[in-house]
Amino acid sequence: MPRKALARALLTGAALLALGGAASADEQYFPLQSYRVGPYAAGGTGFFGGFIDYLTLINSRDGGVNGVKLTWSEGETQYEVERGVEVYERLKSRPGIAAWNPLSVGIAYAMIDRITADKVPLITINHGRTDSTDGRVFPFVFPLLLNPYSETSGIVEYLATREGGLDKLKGKTIAVLYHGSPYGKETIPIYEQLAKQHGFKVEQIEVPHPGNEQQSQWLTIRRLRPDYVVLRGWGVMNPVALKTAQKTGFPASRIVGNVWSNSEEDVIPAGDAAKGYVAITTQASGTQYPVIQEIVRGVYETGAGNLADKKRIGSVYHNLGVLNGILNVEAVRIAQEKFGRRTLTGDEVRWGFEHLRLDEARVAKLGAKGLFHSINVTCANHEGEGRVTFQQWDGAKWSVVSDWIKPDWAALRPIIEASSTAYAKERGLTPRDCEAEERVGDTGKRASAEGK
Amino acid sequence: MATALPVTSAQPRRAGAAGILLLLAIAYGLVPLVGTSYLFEAILTPFLALALAGLGLNLLTGYAGLLSLGSAAFMAVGAYAAFNLSLRLPGLPLPATILLAGLIAASAGVIAGLPALRLRGFYLAVSTLAVQFFVAWALNRIGWLSNDSPSGIIDAPRLVIAGLSFDDARGRYLFSLTIVALLTVLAWRLVRSPTGRNLVAIRDHETAARIVGVKVARTKLLAFALSSFIVGIAGVLWAFAYLRTVEPAGFNLDRSFQILFIVIIGGLGTLRGAFLGAGFMVVLPLLLSRLGTALLGDGFDTGTLEMVQRIVLGTLIVAVLIREPAGLAALLDRAFRRLSPRS
Amino acid sequence: MSPDLAFLVEVVVGGLLSGVMYALVAIGFVLIYKTSGVLNFAQGAMVLFAALTFVSLIERGLPFPAALAATLAVMVVVGLTIERAVLRPLVNQPPITLFMATLGVAYVIEGAAQLAWGTQVHALDLGIDDTPFDVAGVLVSRFDLFAAALAGLMVALLTLFFRFTRTGLAFRAVAEDPLAALNAGLRLPRIWSAVWIASGIVALVAGLLWGARLGVQFSLSLVVLKALPVLVLGGFDSIAGAIVAGLIVGAAEKLAEVYLGPFIGGGIEGWIAYVAALAFLLIKPSGLFGQRSVERV
Repeated sequence: MPRKALARALLTGAALLALGGAASADEQYFPLQSYRVGPYAAGGTGFFGGFIDYLTLINSRDGGVNGVKLTWSEGETQYEVERGVEVYERLKSRPGIAAWNPLSVGIAYAMIDRITADKVPLITINHGRTDSTDGRVFPFVFPLLLNPYSETSGIVEYLATREGGLDKLKGKTIAVLYHGSPYGKETIPIYEQLAKQHGFKVEQIEVPHPGNEQQSQWLTIRRLRPDYVVLRGWGVMNPVALKTAQKTGFPASRIVGNVWSNSEEDVIPAGDAAKGYVAITTQASGTQYPVIQEIVRGVYETGAGNLADKKRIGSVYHNLGVLNGILNVEAVRIAQEKFGRRTLTGDEVRWGFEHLRLDEARVAKLGAKGLFHSINVTCANHEGEGRVTFQQWDGAKWSVVSDWIKPDWAALRPIIEASSTAYAKERGLTPRDCEAEERVGDTGKRASAEGK
Repeated sequence: MATALPVTSAQPRRAGAAGILLLLAIAYGLVPLVGTSYLFEAILTPFLALALAGLGLNLLTGYAGLLSLGSAAFMAVGAYAAFNLSLRLPGLPLPATILLAGLIAASAGVIAGLPALRLRGFYLAVSTLAVQFFVAWALNRIGWLSNDSPSGIIDAPRLVIAGLSFDDARGRYLFSLTIVALLTVLAWRLVRSPTGRNLVAIRDHETAARIVGVKVARTKLLAFALSSFIVGIAGVLWAFAYLRTVEPAGFNLDRSFQILFIVIIGGLGTLRGAFLGAGFMVVLPLLLSRLGTALLGDGFDTGTLEMVQRIVLGTLIVAVLIREPAGLAALLDRAFRRLSPRS
Repeated sequence: MSPDLAFLVEVVVGGLLSGVMYALVAIGFVLIYKTSGVLNFAQGAMVLFAALTFVSLIERGLPFPAALAATLAVMVVVGLTIERAVLRPLVNQPPITLFMATLGVAYVIEGAAQLAWGTQVHALDLGIDDTPFDVAGVLVSRFDLFAAALAGLMVALLTLFFRFTRTGLAFRAVAEDPLAALNAGLRLPRIWSAVWIASGIVALVAGLLWGARLGVQFSLSLVVLKALPVLVLGGFDSIAGAIVAGLIVGAAEKLAEVYLGPFIGGGIEGWIAYVAALAFLLIKPSGLFGQRSVERV
C-alpha cells in the first residue's frame, strides 16, 4: 500500500515538474522571530545566525532546494511573548511560509492555536511543549530531537554510564538545581519518577529568577553531599551556579547541565570555575564537520555570514542553528518529493516533517556526521528519536565525552500520551488516526491540487 | 501630586462627550469593517488591554496618589482567577467569570494595600514590589493554579458568550472594546462621585481630608480595590483575548513599569491619559520599528534596529516628561486650546 | 563546632557577604536620593554600562589601569549628562515624574550599551582566586571578602569626602535642608553634578564586583532588585542605613531560604527580603535610622 502511495506521489511530482516552467521564481519563506537584544541575545544571535547561514549556503551552493529559493526575514522579539505574537501577525500573511522556528517556549505556546488554524508547522527544536511530541493531537507542532522529558531521561542514562550501569545508580543522590519558572519546574515529576524507577535519591532545589544569587542553594547542596548536581538553568543562573559551586567546594566535573545550560555563554562568564563542567547536547560543537566547513568557505569567506564574530562559528548555539537549518531544509526537500518541486504550502511542509527520516548514512551525506546522530519523525512521534551526547568544557572549548545516548522513550511515551489525551479532551479534539493517513495518502494529492 | 483635576466647564464637556461618541462610533462601526487581522491582533487588542490596566492604575496613582509597582501582579491574579473559574465552574457564563476574576483581583488589591495605611511614596512603591514577586512565585509554585500543567503555561479558554463566539481576531477586538468601554464609563462615573472626590482629597492633602471627615484608611483600601478590579480584568483581556495563553513570565516587573509609564506619560489623574499613554507605549514602538524597516530594508540587522529603537523610545519618554510633565493629556489640551478660536 | 552550628555560621557569613554586595548597589541610589529626592532607577543600567565598557576595553587590549581610568571617565560623563540633560530640566517636578524619567534614561543606556559593545556575554576576571578559605570547617569565599573590603574602602572614601571637603559639606547641608542650603547661598546644581558623578563611580565599582560574580551580561542590570529591599529597610537617604540593612537583608534571606524554604517551598529569596523589610517598617515606620520625612508622590 505505501508503495502505491509513493508511486502516486512520484507521479504527481513528475507531473508538477513538467509544469514547472514558472518554478524558477518559486520561493519558500522562513519567518524568523529572532532575539538579538536583551537578556537572551547571545543564544538568539547564535541560533538564528546558524539557521540563516545554512539557508544562505543552500541558496548559494545548490541554488535553493531543487531550484526553490529560500527566503527569510526577521522580527525582533527580545524573547518576549507579546512581541513574538506581534511578529507572527505581521509576517504570517507572506506567501510560501515553510515553518516557524521561534526558539522560545513562551512564544511557541502562544502560537499553537494560531499556527494550527493557519496550518503551518511550528518547530521547537530541543525544547517546547512535551506533549506536542504526540503528533496525533498536535499535528503542526514539532519538538524535534528532544523534549524536556527525554532530556531528563538522557541525563539519567548518561549518569548511569558514568557509574557503570543503570543498576549502579541505586543509592546515589542527585540534586537538581532548577530555574524558578515554568520551564524549570517542568521536569520535576520526571526526575521523581526516574528516581523511583532506578532507586536513586533526588533532591530538587529552586533558584529564584534570575538566579544571580545562589549562596543558600549551594550551601544546602553542600550539606546534602550529592553525587551529582544537574543544572536546569537559564541565562545568568548558569555561570553563577558554577561560580558558587566553586565557592562552596563542589567539583564542576560532577555538575551536569541541561540543554539550556550547555552553551559557551553559560560557561565563559564563570571563568575557571567552569573547567570540567559537563552538559547535554543534541549537536556537537566545533567546526570540523564538513557542513560547517562549507559554511565557513561558502558563506563567511564571501562575506555573507550572519555572525558578527567569526569566532562563534561552531559554537553550541550556532551549530544548533545549522542543525535546525538542515532539518527544515530536508523536510522541505522530502515534501517536495511528494508534492512537487515548487513553493509548498505549510500543510505540505508539515507532511515533510512527518516523514523526516535522516539515518546515519543520510546525515553523513549532508556533511553532518558527528554533528548530530539521526532523526526519525513520524506522524505520531514528532520528536523523532533524537540521540543526545555530552560535552565537557575545558576552559576554552567543549569536547564530546560520551557516545550518542538514547533516552528511554518507551518509558516516557505513556506519560506524554496521558497529557496529550487530556489536552485533546479539554479542547474537544479528535486525535488523528496516523495509520489511516499513511494508508490513504491522498491528502497530499488533494493538497497539491490546491497548491496549483 | 501637583496636577489637579482639570476643571472643565459645561461647554467643553459637551464637546468631549460628542468626541467620545464619535470615537466609539468609529471603533465599533468603521474599524471592524476596514481593519486587518494584524491591526486587531497585534495593535488594537493589546492596546485596549494595556489602556484598561493604565486606567485602573490611574485610579490608584493618579487620583488617590498611591504609587504601585505591582500592577502586573494584579493582572496575573485576574487572569489566573478567570482561568480557574472557567476551568472549575464550567457552567459559569463568561461575563460572570470576568466579574468574579475582577473581584478576586480586588481582594488581592486590598491585602496589598494594607501597607499603604502606614507607608507612602517610594516606600509604598517598593512594598508593592513584594506583591509583584510573591504573586509570580506563588503562581509558579502552586501547580493547582495552572491546573498542574507540566510546563506551567496554560491555554486560555475560548471566548463564547451565550453561544456567540468572539474567537476570531475581530471578535476578540470587539469583546475587548466592549469591556473597556463599559469599565471606562464606570470609572468616569466613579471619579465624579463623592468617592472619587475623596480619593483626590487624600491625594492632595491627607490631613485636611481627615479633618473634613474623609475616612482615609477606608478610602485608601477602596482605591486599591477599585484599581485592582480594573487591572485584574485587564489581565483577563491580556490573557484571554490577546495572547490566549497564560504564563507568569508575561506578568513580570517590566509589565508593571510599562503600565506605570502609560499612566505617567498619558497624564496622571485623567481618564483619557491611560488611552493616550497606551497608544504611546504600544503603537509607537511598532511604528518606530516599521519606520526603521522601511528606511533600512528588510535585511537590516534587527538587533541594531531594536537597540536604536530602544534609545529613541527612552529619549522620547524623557522628552515628553520634560516638555509636559503632566503628560500627553495636558499636551493635547494645550494643543486644543490653541486650535479652538474661543477660550 | 557541631556540623549543624558550622552550617548555620556558614549560611550567616555567606549571607552577610552577599549583603555587602547588595549594599554596594544600594549606596548608588542613596547618594542621589539624599540630595535630589530622585529614585534613580537607571542605576542598574549604569552598573551594566560600566562593567560592559570596562570589559570591552580590556578585551580590546587595554591594560587594567588604563581601562579603569577610561571607564571612570566615561561614567563621569554619563553621570554628568544625565544630570544636565534630564534631571536639571525636571527640577521641582514630582518625584514620580523624576522616577519615570530615570526609567527612560535606563532604556537609553541599555540600548546604547548593547549598541556600542554588542550583546555578547563576557567573563570579567579581576585576578582574585576564588577557592574558599576553610575556617574551622566553615567555608568563606575569598572573592566575597575582597569585595567586602573594597566596598568598605569605598564607603570610607565617600565618608571622608563628605566630611572634609567643601562639596561634601554642602552635600550634607542640602541633604538636611535644601531650602536652608539654598538660602545660605549653596549652589545646588554643582552638588547635583557631584553626586551624579559619585553615583557613576559607585556604579563602576558595583559593576566590576557584580560583573566578576555573574559575568558581564544584560542581567547585570537586574541587581537593582536586590538593592531595593535594602533601601526600604535602611532608608532611601542613609548610607549607614544601606550598609546595615544590606547585611540584615543578606543574612535574613539566606536563613529564610535554607531553613524556611523547605517548609513553604524553595525559591522564596525573590520576595522574602521585601516582605521582611515591609514587616519591619510596619512595626517601626521610621526605619532603621530614623529621620524619615513625610513624602508625597
